[in-house]
Amino acid sequence: MNQPFLKVEGLKKVFPSPGGAPDVTVFENIHFGFEKGEFVCIIGHSGCGKSTILNVLAGLDEATAGNVFMDGREVKGPSLDRGVVFQSHALMPWLTVMENVAFAVSSRWKDWNKEQVRTHCMKYIELVGLGHAADKKPHQLSGGMKQRVGIARAFAIEPKMLLMDEPFGALDALTRGVIQDELVKICDATHQTVFMITHDVDEAILLADKIVLMSNGPLAKIAEIVENPLPHPRVRQEIHHDPQFYAVRNHLVDFLVSRSKLIAQGELSSDYDPLHPPVIRPVVEALKLAA
Amino acid sequence: MKASLTLRASMVSALILVVFLGAWQLATLPTGGGAVYADPEYAAMMGGAATQASSMPTPGVVGSTILSQLSNPFYDNGPNDKGIGIQLAYSLSRVLAGFLLAAIVAVPLGFVIGMSPLMYKALNPYIQIMKPISPLAWMPLALYTIKDASLSSIFVIFICSIWPMMINTAHGVASVKKDWLNVARTLEVSAFRTAMQVILPAAAPTILTGMRISMGIAWLVIVAAEMLVGGTGIGYFVWNEWNNLNLSNVIFAIFMIGAVGMLLDMVFGVLAKLVSYQE
Ligand SMILES: Nc1ncnc2c1ncn2[C@@H]1O[C@H](COP(=O)(O)OP(=O)(O)OP(=O)(O)O)[C@@H](O)[C@H]1O
Ligand SMILES: [Mg+2]
Repeated sequence: MNQPFLKVEGLKKVFPSPGGAPDVTVFENIHFGFEKGEFVCIIGHSGCGKSTILNVLAGLDEATAGNVFMDGREVKGPSLDRGVVFQSHALMPWLTVMENVAFAVSSRWKDWNKEQVRTHCMKYIELVGLGHAADKKPHQLSGGMKQRVGIARAFAIEPKMLLMDEPFGALDALTRGVIQDELVKICDATHQTVFMITHDVDEAILLADKIVLMSNGPLAKIAEIVENPLPHPRVRQEIHHDPQFYAVRNHLVDFLVSRSKLIAQGELSSDYDPLHPPVIRPVVEALKLAA
Repeated sequence: MKASLTLRASMVSALILVVFLGAWQLATLPTGGGAVYADPEYAAMMGGAATQASSMPTPGVVGSTILSQLSNPFYDNGPNDKGIGIQLAYSLSRVLAGFLLAAIVAVPLGFVIGMSPLMYKALNPYIQIMKPISPLAWMPLALYTIKDASLSSIFVIFICSIWPMMINTAHGVASVKKDWLNVARTLEVSAFRTAMQVILPAAAPTILTGMRISMGIAWLVIVAAEMLVGGTGIGYFVWNEWNNLNLSNVIFAIFMIGAVGMLLDMVFGVLAKLVSYQE
């Protein structure tokens, strides 16, 4: 059988509670997968376990049960094959932008000389539009610029998969839009495989090919996987003119507002199978009728 | 018109100096009418000096002592009469030797304690009991085992410098941001490179604060240690001049101890600035 590029099997995470209280099972029986080159977003309410799943995929955290496979190999710890963009940018404040990226690049290609590292870093720093700030320290940059350095650092090691935990959560709407546009451009050019957490429905529709919906925790489930019907290339200023945009958007908002809670209370369709969460492709009623 | 804060502050500083020197001058004026109040026995012991002026030197006398001492800091007329430069060099070399030895032990050990909760718990009781011991209390033990006055002073400096450096290093290492360590982990950076390129620079400001505290304590302790064991050094110089009843030299030495201590602290201030970073 053909295996997907990334495969999550029966993932479960239990956190021990202090003081003898019963342990908390954040989620269990989590199954999903996606292909190389896909951009996947995961959406769910706060505390459902999104970060935990991402950290397990990164190899930074261990699941209580279950396995993750990438490219046919089991994920057993952090690896250069998986780049991570941290929510709090995680730049080292004593290094310049260039040195921060170079720290990653020289870890990836240990035999490169200084000039090779520099050229490679500059390419990615320019890709996120920070060529002029390469020699600045992080504290001299705005929040948005810092996050872009974090993205450049993760892209620069050319990982097989990029993991991003709410990379734009701390940014204002304008800055967020600019960086989203950049990300769309970079991903269209590089076909980077990305797994990203977001709280922003519009962001998910702009960026994602697949959107994984998680019900509320504890015992969170993968409620369904939504396929984004909007075609590439997606442009932020234009996608809301596409009639399909509202079909997806309403579906996602509807999930977040009511269904995520109902599912947590046990209202699941009788044929729900955690091994194969339903795949949904929301379409406009009118289009559905015409078909 | 309003002068800058710095200018006004230096004016106040100058005023304080003038008031202090004036009060000193007044307090040490020779008492009028030649009626010198002095115990005859004490006067005899002072070799006539007490009959000419009060025993406390005037600012002028101390000033000329400072000038003459500083104009020839490195003379050497035998064991009991060496220039201030030589004495300070002895003290500084002991402080540096003890301090460097302490750094070699304290920084790696602090790293281990900071990284391992187990080692922290295991070593904490020892640190807690060793830390409050006055370093001079070690002196008899050091003299007995090492059998050398100078080496014993170095040991005393070592033992008093080690605690602030170790505790600060451990604290700095333990509070390195988890995110930075995770960055290193996802990049498969080796443990050694993580220690040198992530943990060390991240903890460097805290480590340097510890070193600065240690150096301050070491400079306090060396004076006392040298008074105790004698021979050479600024502490011995103070004690020797007291025995010579040369108060003007004693005051000069006190001034020099303060000046060198300030310089040492400034050096660490500069170093701290070099490794500091802004988040
Ligand atoms: N180290 C821990 N110890 C105990 N419980 C934890 C720990 N880390 C996370 N949890 C719990 O696990 C659950 C999932 O946490 P997680 O951070 O994955 O949520 P999330 O979906 O990323 O939320 P958010 O959207 O707010 O970031 C939460 O209920 C949290 O309280
Ligand atoms: Mg989270």
